Amino acid sequence: MSVRVFCNARRGEDLLVRGARVVDPLAGIEKVCDVLVRKGVIAELGEGLQATAGVKTIDAVGWLLLPGFVDLHAHLRTPGREDEEDFATGSAAAAAGGFVALFAMANTDPTIDSASVLEGAAQQAAVEARVPVGFFAAVSKGLKGERLTEMHELAQAGAVGFSDDGRPLATAQLLRRALQYAKVTDRFVAVHAQDDSLTGKGVMNEDAVSAKLGFAGIPAIAESAPVAEALEVARYEGGRLHVCHVSAALSLEHLAKAKDLGLRVTAEAAPHHLTMTSDKVNSLDSRVKMNPPLRTEADRKALVAAVKSGLIDVIATDHAPHAHEEKEVPFEVAAFGTTGLETAFAALYTTTVLPGELPLSTLVERMSQTPARIADIPVPTVAKGQVANFCLVDPDSRWVVDPERLQSKAKNTAWAGETLQGRVKATVAAGRLAWEAGA
Amino acid sequence: MSTRSPSYASTRGVSDVAKRDLLSIDDLSRADVELILDTAESFLPVLKRDIKKVPTLRGRTIINMFYESSTRTLTSFELAAKRLSADTMNIKAAGSAVDKGESLKDTILTLSAYSPDIIVMRHPQIGAGRLASRYTEASVINAGDGKYQHPSQALLDVFALRQAIGKNLEGLSVWIVGDILHSRVARSDIGAFQMLGMKVTLAGPPPLMPRDIETLGVEVEYDLSKLGEADVVYLLRMQMERMQAGANFVPSLREYAALYGMTLERLRPGQKVMHPGPINRGVEISSAVADHPDTLILEQVEAGIAVRMAILYRTIVGYDERQPGERGTA
Repeated sequence: MSVRVFCNARRGEDLLVRGARVVDPLAGIEKVCDVLVRKGVIAELGEGLQATAGVKTIDAVGWLLLPGFVDLHAHLRTPGREDEEDFATGSAAAAAGGFVALFAMANTDPTIDSASVLEGAAQQAAVEARVPVGFFAAVSKGLKGERLTEMHELAQAGAVGFSDDGRPLATAQLLRRALQYAKVTDRFVAVHAQDDSLTGKGVMNEDAVSAKLGFAGIPAIAESAPVAEALEVARYEGGRLHVCHVSAALSLEHLAKAKDLGLRVTAEAAPHHLTMTSDKVNSLDSRVKMNPPLRTEADRKALVAAVKSGLIDVIATDHAPHAHEEKEVPFEVAAFGTTGLETAFAALYTTTVLPGELPLSTLVERMSQTPARIADIPVPTVAKGQVANFCLVDPDSRWVVDPERLQSKAKNTAWAGETLQGRVKATVAAGRLAWEAGA
Repeated sequence: MSTRSPSYASTRGVSDVAKRDLLSIDDLSRADVELILDTAESFLPVLKRDIKKVPTLRGRTIINMFYESSTRTLTSFELAAKRLSADTMNIKAAGSAVDKGESLKDTILTLSAYSPDIIVMRHPQIGAGRLASRYTEASVINAGDGKYQHPSQALLDVFALRQAIGKNLEGLSVWIVGDILHSRVARSDIGAFQMLGMKVTLAGPPPLMPRDIETLGVEVEYDLSKLGEADVVYLLRMQMERMQAGANFVPSLREYAALYGMTLERLRPGQKVMHPGPINRGVEISSAVADHPDTLILEQVEAGIAVRMAILYRTIVGYDERQPGERGTA
């Protein structure tokens, strides 16, 4: 009973990458060398490698070669809202962002809450997706918070984990039951921690900016209180708990305590929470409206420190595509969410690595190898004999984020108009060249 | 000039013409504010004539688009436009295409096809004016957007105060009392009062006091024990329509009135009392205070016409120093 991913790559590629600096925390490599891929498998690493005639060669001098990223939290909107994203566009966005695998959340229409729905989506992904796509299954039928899904059958169908993300789990009892069954399936339960009574009609973080603009605020305790509750349930019950998109510094103390107790708890943070603050909302631009909301600089700094220390295990995008008409409306009535796959690395590189907040190798580990380990899929690493799962990044390339030029079908990126440094030039996923800039 | 957010991907109808909107009190400098107040003052004689009309904006089109009910603001803007001889149209959300599900963007694109010079807009959502401005070449004047801004109210308030106290408001203390959380009037007036050098204190029940509001450079009080220090007491209406059921912002109006209501006992001689209206007698203001000679409520309403004439005029002719009626204008 293993986690399954689906894509349309069939044939491994032959490829020579020349002169890139390989940074692979798992393999313990940080050096310039050539990488030769034969039939989709890394055949050789070394200097002055030669390819046989006709083999595609990428001159990557000055670039980075990194283990490909794995996204534990994407909304691909298929089935049901193919006008916002489908497997072809979502996986193209992922490939353009350096991702070699991604996991789609279950809040689709229909909900991924039965093996048959999961298998239908999987079949479609197997035809359309250019990088491997895996699936979360819902904890409750239709995300209604009432009846548990058939978690064992869903795990057999290949679900990576269980989540009602998009909504908080309705009750602590439901979380308890899910954790109990998660022990049978050895999958994790991912929670969107949110107390609805404290969230109220809030549309942004409750802070000085909301005070000034008059927006109803979402207090940090609307996240930290249910995080504490979920951890308490996990402490009592056991099972693997994953806390989605941690955004508030107040949540971190609870996580630290749970980890000190040795609980099987992991947590993620999203690129937007690690690179932006609620000041952005002064623009009244609905593209910076997300849930959880952008918090304060103190929260952002605490989150980055937690990523650095490992308290936050992974960075996951919470890629949330939306149709124009859901965003081209006043802020309060706009949909929550930003796309994130194509900008994740560049945003984090620009805002956290270049100013020295986060070492590059740590960023790579949190975006690639740790999420793969949590998902229980083969860990991308640049070593002989491994399937090629890596990306090439030009760390000096500065680019302006133009929504029209991104691969995602949706254009609601919070980074629109921002200048970022570090651009993914090519991505090799599951042994195939899935993306090449300008190609 | 208001700042524009980066453009949306779907750019149909997006306007790039240079124009002057009035969306927030922060769109104005102190010099702009004083110019509007001086312009308003120059209009006062017009309003005292038998024929209260000047040809200044003849041939101009002003659309008042009100997505929220309003009596004084709508009539005041309409009358101001008419006093300036502009052509006006009033559109209310009820009974219009808005009722049929038309989006704000489409309504604005449609109205803009009539080439209005100014769209005066009231809307229940924050930032609606800024969004609207993106889709029209008309200047947009925000007549209230949700809980955020109501700049013409702030301007008429400082105008009424100047008329009552004198031009120099520097160093005066103003207390804004009541439901700050839901008040666009408070958010606009804080900026205007501070711009003119006044010291602002906010008072009200803690659930109705926005967290971190001190960052705006105001003092915060949860009772009225020090109200005596205020030169001006600005009362806010209890906005029951914005209160979510079960949110428990105030346990009862009776307790609110006891703690924060303005009564004759609380009024220090010489203090001016203001209120944006409509008032709830017996809740935030007692009848005796409402009818007291130091209360400026009707003066505020009166100031509304001259100030809105000045806003419309400045929006069209610009913010240089010339006064209406001087050579070369009108």
